[in-house]
Amino acid sequence: MRVSKPCIAVLVATLCPALMFGGTISGKVTYTGTPVKQKPIDMGKEPSCAKQHATPITTETVVTGANNVLENVVVYISAGADDTTVPSQAVTFTQKGCQYIPHVVVLHTGQELQVVNADQTSHNIHPMPTVNREWNKSQPPGSPNLSEKFDQPEFIKVKCNIHPWMAGRFAVLKTSHYSITGDSGGFSLPNLPPGKYTITAWHEDYGTQTQDVTITGNETKSIDFSFKAKAY
Amino acid sequence: MNKHMQFRMGFLYLALAALCAFPVAAQDAPDVGPHPPQPMKPMESHIGKVTGHAKDAKMNYRRYCAGCHGDQGDGNGENAVWLDPKPRDFTMATFKCRSTVTGTLPTDEDLFDTIGRGLTNSNMPIWNTFSDQQRADFVAYIKTFSPRWEKEKAGDPIKIPAEPPVTIESISHGKALFTKLECWKCHGPQGKGDGPSAATLTDSKDQPIRPYNFAGGGDDSRLKCGSTNSEVYKIFITGVDGTPMPSFADVIQPNDAWDLVHFLRTLQVTRHSKENDVLKAAGGKIPAYVEKQSEAPASQSENKAAGGGN
Repeated sequence: MRVSKPCIAVLVATLCPALMFGGTISGKVTYTGTPVKQKPIDMGKEPSCAKQHATPITTETVVTGANNVLENVVVYISAGADDTTVPSQAVTFTQKGCQYIPHVVVLHTGQELQVVNADQTSHNIHPMPTVNREWNKSQPPGSPNLSEKFDQPEFIKVKCNIHPWMAGRFAVLKTSHYSITGDSGGFSLPNLPPGKYTITAWHEDYGTQTQDVTITGNETKSIDFSFKAKAY
Repeated sequence: MNKHMQFRMGFLYLALAALCAFPVAAQDAPDVGPHPPQPMKPMESHIGKVTGHAKDAKMNYRRYCAGCHGDQGDGNGENAVWLDPKPRDFTMATFKCRSTVTGTLPTDEDLFDTIGRGLTNSNMPIWNTFSDQQRADFVAYIKTFSPRWEKEKAGDPIKIPAEPPVTIESISHGKALFTKLECWKCHGPQGKGDGPSAATLTDSKDQPIRPYNFAGGGDDSRLKCGSTNSEVYKIFITGVDGTPMPSFADVIQPNDAWDLVHFLRTLQVTRHSKENDVLKAAGGKIPAYVEKQSEAPASQSENKAAGGGN
């Protein structure tokens, strides 16, 4: 097919601003109802961890902020943005004070995951996937970081069998258009070229919700997600 | 009987024969068991010179294995509710006894060995009554239950270096490693399976699971994946996938691993072993391990060089 030069110029002129600035989808994640109270964790069996916490910590299955904000929700583009570029930067997952930091790690399929043991005790890192392969590795104190990756998109529970209260999630996505909510509950997915997108919000206990959004140009579309709190 | 009659009778016989034969020929071979027949995947296994064929294990699987592992290989056979630990779910393709690194498929030989060895402290018996060919056929059959076997290759077998001699020093160093790597957190300080984390352990299907008790049993005591020293070595390098037992491949050096094997043998207090002999000869007490200087060989050669200079 022959395309005239002016035609290409017009195409570049229309596409480039969108590629450089693009549209943005942003919003807030909240909950309705009363979330179940998180349980306090007794680290008495692991004094080296217990002494790192001035006040006892609780489980992190449901973490909320002021004004019904729901934290640790992964908001990502599940359809519309084919994104096969694997970020070259590794994502770090740290075991500190017998807790996972962060509690939910988001990474691209094939992206490197660095697992750090910052504690004075052994941990075993035991992801429990169903699509990817299950493995289980020991990481005593002072040992080098583990370098891992996952090939298939999946929300994977990870635990330490030695310290059964440790439970985190690996959110393996096939997109790098994602955002994870913090104490403001806000999320933002910038740099989106015009197109139709499916936005998914995932929470480890409350499941997933999706919304379709169409971006026509250099605009910001606002969408919100609201999860119903489980009573148990 | 005239010719015409003969012809007519012959025709009748033909018709009768066709009536009888046709329904039999039109039906498939009747299926055994409660599930409808499924097309069989042409899966093979290769153990040495023996090639196993999945289709040849079908009848034996239904007769000897399905009661626990289920017709569909999902570990939900009719006996499963009564069993602890639960029968293996072959649809997950996660196996305890492997020669391959954690998170990879076992080799055909690993599965073949498991069938012949059985799994101690479980209801899986020693199926050494089957011929090598039959066990190879079972291995091929087991591989039909998960699509992973078509997509992935078995993992790389781990390398096991030659075993160094057992000495009281190697046992002593092994004990130090047992403490440092925190094996005792689950297995207990005396290896009795009563460590502080033992009570809360669950397998990957959230079923409670006990850590191995080294102190139980005498000369007949078996470990989960074999009883030779190499097999003990293998178990903590590969980890026991699907259970809380992790792989120590990244955190233990080959010679250190052998020292740990020598110490683990002394935890089997009532089992006769060369390790227990060495320990007895040393007075029955494991001396405290004295950490060698990590750069010992280098500094020694330096010292020698310095000495030579003087």
